[in-house]
Amino acid sequence: MTEDPLLRIDDLTVEYKSARHWAPAVRGASLRVEPGEFVSLVGESGSGKTTLVQAALGLLPPSARQSAGTVHYSDVDVTGWSDRRMALVRGNYVGFIPQDPNTSLNPVKKIGQQVIEAVRFNEKQKRDAAAWKEAALESLRTAGLADAERVFAQYPHELSGGMKQRALIAIALAGKPKLILADEPTSALDVTVQQRILDHLAGLRVDLGIGILLVTHDLGVALDRSDRIAVMQGGEIVEEGPVAEVIEHAADPYTRRLLDAAPARHTGRLEPATGTRAEDQPIALRANDIEKTYRLRGRGRRELRALGGVDLEVRQGTTHAIVGESGAGKSTLARILVGFDAPDAGTVHLGDRELTGLGHRQLRELRSDLQFVFQNPFTSLDPRFTVEKIVAEPLRAFKIPGDRRSRVVQLLEAVALDESHLGRLPAELSGGQRQRVAIARALALNPEVLVLDEAVSALDVSVQAQILQLLVDLQGEFGLAYVFVTHDLGVVRLIADDVTVMKDGAVVESGPAVKVFEAPAQDYTRELLAAVPGARLAPANVRLGDCRV
Amino acid sequence: MLRYAALKTGRALFVVWAAFTLTFVLLFVLPANPEDLLFDPTELNTIPEEVREQVAANYGFDEPVVVQYFQRLGHALAGDFGNSVQSGKPVTEAVLGVLPSTLILSAGALALAALIAYAIALTATSTRRPWLRNLVESLPSAAVSVPVFLSGILLLQVFAFRLGWFPAFGSDGPASLVLPLVTLAIPVSGPIAQLLVRRFTAELESGYVTTSRAKGATRDQIVKGDVFRNASLPALTITGVTFGNLIAGSVITETVFAREGIGRLTQTAINTLDVPLVQGIVVLVAASFALINLAVDLVYPLLDPRLRATLAAATA
Amino acid sequence: MTAIAAPPAARLGELARQPVLVAAWIVVALAVGWALFPQLFTSYSPYTGDSGASFAPPSADHWFGTDRLGRDLYARCVYGARTTLTATLLAVVIAFGLGTVIGLVAGYFGKLWDNVIMRVVDVFLSIPSLLLAMVVVSVLGYSANNIALAVGISSIASFARVMRSEVLAVVNQDYVKAAYGAGVGRLAVMVRHVVPNSLSSVIALAALEVGTAVLAVASLGFLGYGSPPPEPEWGLLVAEGRDFVAVHPWISILPGAALALVVIAAHRISTSLRKDPRR
Repeated sequence: MTEDPLLRIDDLTVEYKSARHWAPAVRGASLRVEPGEFVSLVGESGSGKTTLVQAALGLLPPSARQSAGTVHYSDVDVTGWSDRRMALVRGNYVGFIPQDPNTSLNPVKKIGQQVIEAVRFNEKQKRDAAAWKEAALESLRTAGLADAERVFAQYPHELSGGMKQRALIAIALAGKPKLILADEPTSALDVTVQQRILDHLAGLRVDLGIGILLVTHDLGVALDRSDRIAVMQGGEIVEEGPVAEVIEHAADPYTRRLLDAAPARHTGRLEPATGTRAEDQPIALRANDIEKTYRLRGRGRRELRALGGVDLEVRQGTTHAIVGESGAGKSTLARILVGFDAPDAGTVHLGDRELTGLGHRQLRELRSDLQFVFQNPFTSLDPRFTVEKIVAEPLRAFKIPGDRRSRVVQLLEAVALDESHLGRLPAELSGGQRQRVAIARALALNPEVLVLDEAVSALDVSVQAQILQLLVDLQGEFGLAYVFVTHDLGVVRLIADDVTVMKDGAVVESGPAVKVFEAPAQDYTRELLAAVPGARLAPANVRLGDCRV
Repeated sequence: MLRYAALKTGRALFVVWAAFTLTFVLLFVLPANPEDLLFDPTELNTIPEEVREQVAANYGFDEPVVVQYFQRLGHALAGDFGNSVQSGKPVTEAVLGVLPSTLILSAGALALAALIAYAIALTATSTRRPWLRNLVESLPSAAVSVPVFLSGILLLQVFAFRLGWFPAFGSDGPASLVLPLVTLAIPVSGPIAQLLVRRFTAELESGYVTTSRAKGATRDQIVKGDVFRNASLPALTITGVTFGNLIAGSVITETVFAREGIGRLTQTAINTLDVPLVQGIVVLVAASFALINLAVDLVYPLLDPRLRATLAAATA
Repeated sequence: MTAIAAPPAARLGELARQPVLVAAWIVVALAVGWALFPQLFTSYSPYTGDSGASFAPPSADHWFGTDRLGRDLYARCVYGARTTLTATLLAVVIAFGLGTVIGLVAGYFGKLWDNVIMRVVDVFLSIPSLLLAMVVVSVLGYSANNIALAVGISSIASFARVMRSEVLAVVNQDYVKAAYGAGVGRLAVMVRHVVPNSLSSVIALAALEVGTAVLAVASLGFLGYGSPPPEPEWGLLVAEGRDFVAVHPWISILPGAALALVVIAAHRISTSLRKDPRR
């Protein structure tokens, strides 16, 4: 006899209330998770994957309604159950691991108490406080927190992101569920931590025989560990099947484009559409022995060493990637390179001009050769400025003569936007379009060097692919040098000529990209490389810029 | 932590000193002839010049301003703000005499206001009927909009004159306290309720609530166990507004209900231009404010472990 | 987002779905109308009454009834709008103007400026504004203009504080750094980016302050610090009816209700301004 699936969603439609009408977020989606099965649900932002999980848990926000379809837990139809009734199954039949560990724990309660609640709400028969505590500690240990007693007595803010996520796994496990739904459980974490957490989840499935539904935007993550994947786009499930089958014979064009856009699909560096990359170029930007220490206020004069003696050389017309996990000091370095911050010691040279120690006014002179692109295109554009005003701002600041509007249009065309965007406000643009506008602004003064701080990290993978190809094309066309700061080694492979790997404010390894990737000299670099998801994706010969989705 | 406490105490002392200095400048330096303020304005022209000079000398107005300032500051530090012009009694005595009455009124009103605010916030966040929620949510705004003197008069009209349930005026017995208490609690509850409604709504949408629901907690359990405390803490951040509302409200309330207290004393002092008394009251109020703020600053870290950690890190 | 993209007609449609907000604007418009052209709204004089018709309850002839001297209370309310609202406007202009500039200096130029200004602001915030206003008015002398001045001065600190925190938030936004990065000068960044983006909260506060200032002006009038009788002023009107509240409650309550309505309307408008669609 075959068991019923742990979770069966049939023809689910969920709608959100907008100004006048109900707009569907999920349309006729069907999905099932068998006992002991690891299923991944992949989709880009706005695809409806989170809404689907919320509906499966009966946790839709008040502005949403489930207008069609059913949700079955082991053949019990729970569609339309009241909150009180659902509360009885949540926790002990189905557990949930949320997306952002930093906001998902109650900040003013100790971890132990929060796990105990999960035990207490789901116990089958009455037990005493000591038994609860033992069960909670057990759960923390199962979640991979070896030092469970210590974590038990700590507050969330005393733990790292990875430990918080483990505490949340402990909470999900505390009710001994048969099924766990995890909504992007690692997207807020560093790659090496992500790898450990996902390995642990996969291990739990084997050890405890529970079923797992993992929601992720990262196709590589999904392919590495799942038995089956489902791909969601525009509220519909467009592809569903065993991993090997999807990789080999994806039937849906969107899935194929998504596969091709994944950085792991590509080995070599991207080639520009026009122009060529030159070898042995002179140095465009050089940093020598940069040190930066942040002094925390207070009697103890505690210090946080952000950078300790970092060197960097960027050749004209090439890309130098700076890679590292959070706390590596890479963003601090980027800010020092463009003069937003002053180093405590060391020098930065742009060509033969020294940047360090310059005043506001003199720095301004250098700005036309040295530009910066921010991580988040949602905050780096003034919400009150039109696209035209934003792109024209540097032209205006430097009183560049000539027809400003035609120059702006020219710049917009360089980043694959056009005249029709001139009058729009940032709020009317998508994330990818905003980042294009930010890049157009950075190009306005014909700079030699562009420092990009996590410039593609906030974007969906397909948009990311387009922006990366755009950057490579622009480099070929204008001979730009890039300093490309990122946490994502997969992206580095696509764009970098040279790589500097950083950890805890120091350079771990530096050299040509090919060498660092093929023959890493340091353990840490190897660890980072191994943690990049998407090992099961075989490289294929596709041009990334064509992955328009 | 010790450093933090010292810093906050220093700021509190500074505020009191600055309030003293500010009132000194306003009341003793800015007026061309400060002694004029000591007489009833309507009789000012009839007072002979030598009497004025005599009075000026008595109050030290003939000394250079700086000397006057340090004399007054020295006395004030010893708790002596001079004598009330009208009654001749020491200012400190006059103020302390009516202080208990105001303290009872404001403490009671604050408690009642908190009750009202919580009732509004909990009703607004727990109801499933949109119209009820809208109605309840508009109450705080109405509470701060209706002038205290109007609500006082309305309450008087209905409960004292029409129904005769409570005495209309005076300050004897608990029954006479009821109407002033309600009158004062209404405007004080408004901002607290607004903040609580906002916080409860925001907290209920936060990530840890989803975690708790996924744990198997019901909505009531979550409101009781998680949201209540987290949503309440920020109410401490509007202590200043609350305090200001209490003081301003008690000036009007005590006038409307003819109760004795700091508010009415203030009004009398201003009406009769009793300069030393006005200064004494302002400094007392600023000192109470500084003290309450200091208490909040010192207690808040004990209630919020995150803040405690930041402080510990900064002073370790 | 949709509000910007939508054509004006759709925006009007949006407004129509918020009847309370529309009502609030109507109330404010009516009050301003009273203040500007009182004679259009009533034919009675606010100063002279018919002594034979004293204490008349509200009727078709006298909408709000009459007072002790037989003066039409509706007319006194209409003319009182001028006194009260002029003082309010003056107070808000003083508080908004000075407070915004002070907060901008503290927030944008930081360091020493910030420390000095904020300590002074602390002191002003530690004295409840009604009390401060009473002290100021006692020094300046009793009059409607001095009330306005006093209320304005006592609210500068709260404007300064809100503006400063807004400026600090905006200064740390990436788009401000991006403007520096684009080579825009320090002052130009302040004028082009920091001020416009900080102001929206302060403007919402200003709308709220209109309500608060009306209340403060009326409260001071009620306590007798404004223009002396027979000048009609809303707070004073309520005070004048106080002694007769047991028998002729409308004398106090109707002017008071007009006052409360204006304040509630100001609050509602302030809330709608705070929901800036671009944030």
